[in-house]
Amino acid sequence: MSGRKRTLEAISFELVMTVIAMIALLIIIAPSLVVLIVSFTSGFSLRFPPPGYSLRWYVELWNAWQLHFAAKNSLIVALWATGLSVTLGVAAALAISRSRTLSARLLDSLFMSPLVLPALAFGLAALMLFSLVGLPVSPLTLVIGHTVVCVPYVVRNTVAALAQLEPTLLESSAVLGASRLYTFRRIVLPLIRPGIIAGAFIAFMSSFDNVPVSLFLRDAATDMLPIRMWQDLEGKLDVTIAALSGVLIIATVALVAVMERVTGLSRRLTN
Amino acid sequence: MGAAPAARDVTSYGMGLAAPLALFFLVFFVAPLLQLFWLSLHNDTAGLHWGLGQYLHFLTDPFSLGVLGSTLLLGAEVTAVCLVLGFPIAWLYQRVGPKLQTVIILIVLLPLLTSVVVRTFAWIVILGRQGIINATLQSLGLIDTPLKLLYTQFGVVIALAQVQMPLMTLPLITALGRIDPNLDDASCSLGAGSWRTFFRILLPLSLPGIIAGCTLTYAAAITAFITQSLIGGGQMLFMPMYLYQQASTLQNWPFAAAISIIFLLAVLAVVSVFTTLGRMSRGYGGA
Repeated sequence: MSGRKRTLEAISFELVMTVIAMIALLIIIAPSLVVLIVSFTSGFSLRFPPPGYSLRWYVELWNAWQLHFAAKNSLIVALWATGLSVTLGVAAALAISRSRTLSARLLDSLFMSPLVLPALAFGLAALMLFSLVGLPVSPLTLVIGHTVVCVPYVVRNTVAALAQLEPTLLESSAVLGASRLYTFRRIVLPLIRPGIIAGAFIAFMSSFDNVPVSLFLRDAATDMLPIRMWQDLEGKLDVTIAALSGVLIIATVALVAVMERVTGLSRRLTN
Repeated sequence: MGAAPAARDVTSYGMGLAAPLALFFLVFFVAPLLQLFWLSLHNDTAGLHWGLGQYLHFLTDPFSLGVLGSTLLLGAEVTAVCLVLGFPIAWLYQRVGPKLQTVIILIVLLPLLTSVVVRTFAWIVILGRQGIINATLQSLGLIDTPLKLLYTQFGVVIALAQVQMPLMTLPLITALGRIDPNLDDASCSLGAGSWRTFFRILLPLSLPGIIAGCTLTYAAAITAFITQSLIGGGQMLFMPMYLYQQASTLQNWPFAAAISIIFLLAVLAVVSVFTTLGRMSRGYGGA
C-alpha cells in the first residue's frame, strides 16, 4: 500500500518537474523560432503565421544602408573592445588567479563589479567624465566604455582556466630549465587558450549587443546597431528588423556551434 | 623550507600584471562613478551649488518613489518566474544523458548570446494584437477581440523572464551537479517521498546556486532598458528609462546623477542581501 502510494507520489513529482521544464525550454526557444519564421513573410505585418513566404524583407535589408552603417560601427567597436579586453584582462587574470592576498581579492571584486552595477548609470557617468575632460563622443570613447563592461567576462573565464592548470606542470618546466616566458608561451598559454577564447567570444557578443553604454557614448556619426534597431522599433514595427533579427539569430547559432567545438563553451559556463 | 617559496614563485605571477587593468578601471570606471556622485550633490543643473536637493527631490516625490518601487517589484517578479521555470530545467539536466545535456545547455545558452533587441522584438511579435497568442485564442473562439498583452506588466515580466532565464538556469545546473546523488536515494529509501526529498534535500542543498542565480537575474532584470521600454511602452516607466529621460531629453544631469546613485545603492543593497544569504547557506549546505 505504502509502496504504491510512494510510486504515485514519485510519478506526480517527476511529471510536474518534467512538464514545467519542457514549458520553460519552449518559452526559451520559441521567440527565436517565431522571429525566424516571421522574417520570411510575404506580407507587410508581423502577423503569425505569415500569409505567405518570400525573401522580400531580406532583399529590403540588403538595401538598408542605415542598418549597414550601424552594423559596421558595432562590429569595429566590438573588435577593438574585445582586443583591449583580452590584453588587459588576461594579464590581470594571471596576476590575481593564484594569489590569495587581500589585494588580489579586492581587485577581483573591482573587475567583476561592472557585471552587477547598472550599466546605464556607468554610461551616464562615462559621458560626464568625457565631456568634463573635453573628449567628444567617438569610436574611441565607445571602445573604452565597452571595454569596462566586457573585460569581466575575459577575466572570469581566464581565471577559471588558470584554476584548472596543474601547478606541477609549471614546476617541471622550471626544473627542466625553461625560462618563465618560455613556460608561459609553451605550457600556460596553450592550456588556457580555450578559456581565453571563450571569454573573448562572450565579451565580443556583449559589446556587439551593448545598449546602456552605447546609449550615452554614441552620436549620429557613430550609430550602433542595437540602438538603431531599438529606435526603429520605437517608431514602427518594421519587418526589415525581423529579417535583420533572422540574420543575427543564424549568425549567433553558427558562432556558438563553432565556439562549442573550439572551447567546449557549454561545459565552461556550467563548471 | 627553502624550496617552497621558489616553487610558489614559478606557479604564480606578480601582481604587477594586474596594474594596467587596475589603472584602466581607476580612470574609466571608478573616476566616472565618483564624478557622478559629486555631481549628484549639487542643487543646480550647472553644478555650482552644493546640496542634497536632488536626493530630497527624489525621496519626497511620490512619482519618483513610485518608479523606484515598481522597478524593484518588477525585478522580484521576474526573478520568481525565472526560479520556478529554471529550476525544473536544471533538475531535468541532471537526469538525462550527455547528448540531451548538451542540447539543453545550448537551448539555455543561445538566448544569452542572441541580441537583446532581437529577443525583445520576438516578444512584440508574440504578444502583439496580431501575435501568436491572440491569433491562437481567436481561432479557438475563446476571445472575440484581441487581448492587450503588449504594454502590460504581464508582458514585461514574461519577456524579461525569457531574456534573463539563462542567468538563473546556469548557476542552478552547476549547483545541482555538485549535490551527491546518493543523498536523494538515501532520502527516498528512508521513506521520504519525492516531494519531501525535493523540499528537504534538493532545494536546501542547491541554495548557493539559487542565490547566485537570483542575484544575477534580479540585477539584470531591473536594468534591462530595452526590454522594459519596448514591451512596457510609454505608460510604464522604470528606473533605467527615467534616468535616460532626465539625462538625455531633459539634460538635467545632477538629477539624473542622483537617480543613478539611488539606483546603484538599491542594486547594491539587494546584491549584498543575496550575498549574505549565500554565505549563510554555504555553511548550511556543507558540500
